[in-house]
Amino acid sequence: MTGILKLAYKLLVNDKAKFTALLVGITFAVFLMIAMTSLFAGVLNRASATVINLGASIWVMDPSVQTVANTIGMPDYVLDATRSIRGVRYAVPVYSGSALVKLGDGAYQAVTVVGLDDTSLFGRPRLVEGKIEDIYGENAFIVVKDPEFPKLGNPRMGSEFEVNEHRGVIVGIATVASSGLFGVPTLYTTYERALSYIPNPRFTISYVLVEPKSPSEVSTIKQEMHALGYLALTKDEFMSKISAFYMFQTGLGMNLLIMTVMSFIVGLSISGQTFYTFVLENLEKFGALKAMGTRNRELVQMILFQASFTALTGYGLGIGLCALTIALAKLRLPDYAAMITFWNLGLAFVMVVIIAAVSSYFGVRKVLRIEPFDIFRG
Amino acid sequence: MPDKAITATAIVKSFGEGEAKTVALREVSLDAYFGEMLYIVGPSGSGKTTLLSVLSGILRPDSGSVSVEGADIWNLSSDQLADFRLHKIGFVFQDYHLFPRLTTSENVAIPLILKRQNWSQSIVEATKYLDIVGLKGRADLPPVKLSGGEQQRVAIARAIVGQPDIMIMDEPTASLDGDTGHAIVQFVKQNVLNDKRCILIVTHDNRISEFATRILKMQDGRLIGVEKGGNM
Repeated sequence: MTGILKLAYKLLVNDKAKFTALLVGITFAVFLMIAMTSLFAGVLNRASATVINLGASIWVMDPSVQTVANTIGMPDYVLDATRSIRGVRYAVPVYSGSALVKLGDGAYQAVTVVGLDDTSLFGRPRLVEGKIEDIYGENAFIVVKDPEFPKLGNPRMGSEFEVNEHRGVIVGIATVASSGLFGVPTLYTTYERALSYIPNPRFTISYVLVEPKSPSEVSTIKQEMHALGYLALTKDEFMSKISAFYMFQTGLGMNLLIMTVMSFIVGLSISGQTFYTFVLENLEKFGALKAMGTRNRELVQMILFQASFTALTGYGLGIGLCALTIALAKLRLPDYAAMITFWNLGLAFVMVVIIAAVSSYFGVRKVLRIEPFDIFRG
Repeated sequence: MPDKAITATAIVKSFGEGEAKTVALREVSLDAYFGEMLYIVGPSGSGKTTLLSVLSGILRPDSGSVSVEGADIWNLSSDQLADFRLHKIGFVFQDYHLFPRLTTSENVAIPLILKRQNWSQSIVEATKYLDIVGLKGRADLPPVKLSGGEQQRVAIARAIVGQPDIMIMDEPTASLDGDTGHAIVQFVKQNVLNDKRCILIVTHDNRISEFATRILKMQDGRLIGVEKGGNM
């Protein structure tokens, strides 16, 4: 650190009351911004849980589908048509729907049932107990051990229950990358069993999961499906579509965006005002430095350094505080959906840079206008 | 005859415009020499501080010129003028303008730090100058822990640590009691003034007139007389 920046650093941190007020302002703002956006990221991630967990490269669906939970059945010929496209390595059907489970104590519990292609079991979850081939057994289901798992009475291997008045038995316990948004447990079974256990309309394929022969075939597959009147989306596109739905068509995104903007404004107000006051209180000292021979650009460097140092320290503290809060919340609330992503961190960083820039802009203006002669005049 | 430190020629400076215009300096000319302690005295509003500011490269005059060691300082760019102040002038402000959040030695080291000298070396050198001004053992204290006279000495140490050719003191005794003010100016004359340095002091304290080499009297923006020191 050069001498002049060290001087700026000491002038800043040695004024403990002001420095603390500045840090609290920025830390609080960063905490709020990251808390809001991470909550939103968590919700969006859970909304796309099935897409993440099944992991297919391309999803074929009815064009009216808005979210992965909102399935619209497709006729069997769509699967055949998909398989006939030259660029398709393989295509499998998947079923996704809701059912009611009657537990041993007589209580009912809503569940999501995912029916995997009988031949390939494409999209199967990672088992922590049991063997995947047991899914072919009579009435077999695999249960996902996620925060919703206790709602099924913490089932064990061999636990029995009823699904729509059919007998069901747990043959495996699995983990998945992401839990669902709607607070219901998830059961995996075969596609055919899902169809036979759950009442369905005429068309039964929820999605066709496709693996292209090469990434360059994706556009061809999309075009051919479009010609058939269906929509083919890559995994990322489908997740973006789901995110867009929650952001722009449910009010959820707008409300969280408003909260994020409010936290930014709070942070900007507190930090900007405190930093400006700090500069005002030190204005005579900056004037004295100017009289002694400090160049204007050196004074600007000092103020930018002070603002940046405060902003980055507050940014780090805000991230730490938010991460700690989320970790503590997850200990108590397993369904708590917040997740800190690089996107959250990047957004908060940009906002903190804006706070530092605005705060220092007014300080710099004031310092550049001070005349050393005013110091002589007192 | 000693060398000229400063030559000011026909300095004019006014503030405000139209009916609110006030002329602070009216065709002021003077010479200041190395080895002298030059007082500028006069009533409030006579233009003393304005003159000091023009001579030290802080306030641009409306007309006239100021030469320091033969170079016209008001032909310099703003960066060059800042460098001129940093390397040639040592300031002792009326209210000292010490930094309360820094230690005494850090305050004194500021001109060296501004000259991009290493921080630790600057502190060591500043501590030596604190010894010179009689503040041995006070280096790590904040200025607020010092008395008014001690703070004045810190300000003097800060002004001379960069070894400037010209030292500017604005009302150095204004905030001090009579004895302390007298002792401070006596200290400056005995320990800071030398034949390679010129000291300009703005004051209206009669009690320190005995230390002046010459005394310039000002009134209404004009120099109205020059006297030899010791008789104010």
